[in-house]
Amino acid sequence: MTEPVITVRHLDHFFGEGEASKQALFDVNLAVGRGSLTILMGPSGSGKTTLLTLMGCLREVGSGSVMLLEHELCGADEALRVDLRRRLGFVFQAHNLHDSLTARQNVMMGLQVHGRGDPARHARAADHLLGLLGLGERLHYLPGNLSGGQKQRVAIARALVSNPNIIFADEPTAALDKVSGMAAVQLFKELGRTRGTTTVMVTHDPRILDLADRIVTLEDGRIVRDHPGPARNEPLAAPV
Amino acid sequence: MTAFLTRLLGRLPVGYLQLTHSPGRLLAALAGVAFANVLVFVQLGLAGSMAESVAIPYRLFQPNLLILSPVESETLTDAATLPRQRLFQALVHPDVTGGTSIYVGRSTWISGHDASSSIQFFGLASDAGSFLHDALAAPLVSLSLSDTALVDTLTRFVDMRGFVGATPDAPVPFEIQNRQLGAVGNVSIGGGFGGDGVFLVSDQTFFHLFPQRSSATPSHILLGLAPGADPGRVAAELVQLYPPDTVRIRAVTDAMAQEVRYQMTERPTGLIFAFGVVIGMVVGIVIAYQVLSADVADHLREYATFKAMGFRQSFFIGIILEEAIILAAIGFWPGLAFSALFYQTLAYLTNIPIFMTPERAVAVFVGTILACALSGILAMRKLAAAQPADLF
Repeated sequence: MTEPVITVRHLDHFFGEGEASKQALFDVNLAVGRGSLTILMGPSGSGKTTLLTLMGCLREVGSGSVMLLEHELCGADEALRVDLRRRLGFVFQAHNLHDSLTARQNVMMGLQVHGRGDPARHARAADHLLGLLGLGERLHYLPGNLSGGQKQRVAIARALVSNPNIIFADEPTAALDKVSGMAAVQLFKELGRTRGTTTVMVTHDPRILDLADRIVTLEDGRIVRDHPGPARNEPLAAPV
Repeated sequence: MTAFLTRLLGRLPVGYLQLTHSPGRLLAALAGVAFANVLVFVQLGLAGSMAESVAIPYRLFQPNLLILSPVESETLTDAATLPRQRLFQALVHPDVTGGTSIYVGRSTWISGHDASSSIQFFGLASDAGSFLHDALAAPLVSLSLSDTALVDTLTRFVDMRGFVGATPDAPVPFEIQNRQLGAVGNVSIGGGFGGDGVFLVSDQTFFHLFPQRSSATPSHILLGLAPGADPGRVAAELVQLYPPDTVRIRAVTDAMAQEVRYQMTERPTGLIFAFGVVIGMVVGIVIAYQVLSADVADHLREYATFKAMGFRQSFFIGIILEEAIILAAIGFWPGLAFSALFYQTLAYLTNIPIFMTPERAVAVFVGTILACALSGILAMRKLAAAQPADLF
């Protein structure tokens, strides 16, 4: 088992306050090892995306513990969470590309989050990654002129361009055809093998389950199953 | 432009790219900013023209000392009279080189079937030349003939073209206050908010026009000072010569500033203009806020994505400031051009002294940038308070 980069202990999460509050997660415990590809599955409303956003510093952790890259997120201030988010890559179900930036410029934003740098170097890095994802001919296209699948590939390139420690992906292959979807997930796997990049992915796509190192199933805010994926015979990190 | 701004900012010019992505919206936003500029310029122009019209009569005088009545002494044209004896008392001061009495009156000049103008008369003694603006000294001599006047060619509501060639040898007759006068020369002063024109006459002619007035009670007394004398010190020393609360003594420039302040802050017209300036600024900020907040709302998901990626609030403030400066800098020029045209038209139609000044243009430009920046920062509050996951 590799060292865990995410450790979740007794995590509860509530939406709303007072009597109107609704509990979305119940005593979730999970550890995710470095370099692994973990898939979160479950029906709609089971808490997958909520868990993903809590682990990705996109929501405040109010109860329990989430250790991310050796930092406790429960009670963490905004400055720490921003710093940690810079070490993460996000791929959202809705690609959320900036409609007035070209494909290249959208990807460059993934590098510019780290401060001033050489724009030419940023552009070269963006072009390289877009080329790997089959968009070498679409560098100067605005999102409005790209197909859904092409936009999603730009979003993936934006998440990967800064070599993040962990990639959080929410239905990243929903808009991709089979070949593109498999290529994208293969790229995540390759990054895990070569750079130790960890991927946590929410998906309903059965085509990519074969590539998972681990599959975690949630129902009604609880982990009901946690087992190795077909790509690995033993779990990368055991439930805590 | 994108490459230039990228080098300048050290990052992609997201604000610029956002604005130029939708030319129609950009034009609408620029029109909004330009309109806000016009609003502010119009109000400032009217307020400025009032201040300028108040100042114009004071410029007839050399910058010496002015003795005014303590009653209603805030204005040059409406002040109460004071005894001419105050002039003789002042002459004992060693730094006072001389003095003259000024008589001020107002009359309506009916020059046609429907044309009438409110004329401000200044009655001047024959020795007043050395206390007046240099340009008035020579024409003042021609007023020595009784019932003559130097008429204001900028007088409103009257066709003054026939008076332009008036000379002592070829006076142009006109009637006012039921009395026949002859125009023997011209001045170009113009009307303001209190009158339509200014005519200069001798003190004797003044008493013909206003028989109820007496040479013993001038409206003001103008004093000449020795070279190098400090007007403030002399004024303070002169006050000691008079019974308490019988005179107000001010330098001409101070009296002018005092009246401008009085007219702008205590008289209804000035307050209305000042209120108009405030309203113009508020409307300008509201327009800028609407433009920028709509832009923020339209890009909230993209901003949320940037926030999720780890961009700090300062980055978003930078984008909105970038947009604010671009909108302010581009929208200012059509606003300035339209306002200058408006000033010219208004000046042509009314003869009020309204014109664009560099100081006002710069102030409005800086104010526009600040207003747009403030509006943008206000528009960003929603993004600052939200957690990234709540924005998707």
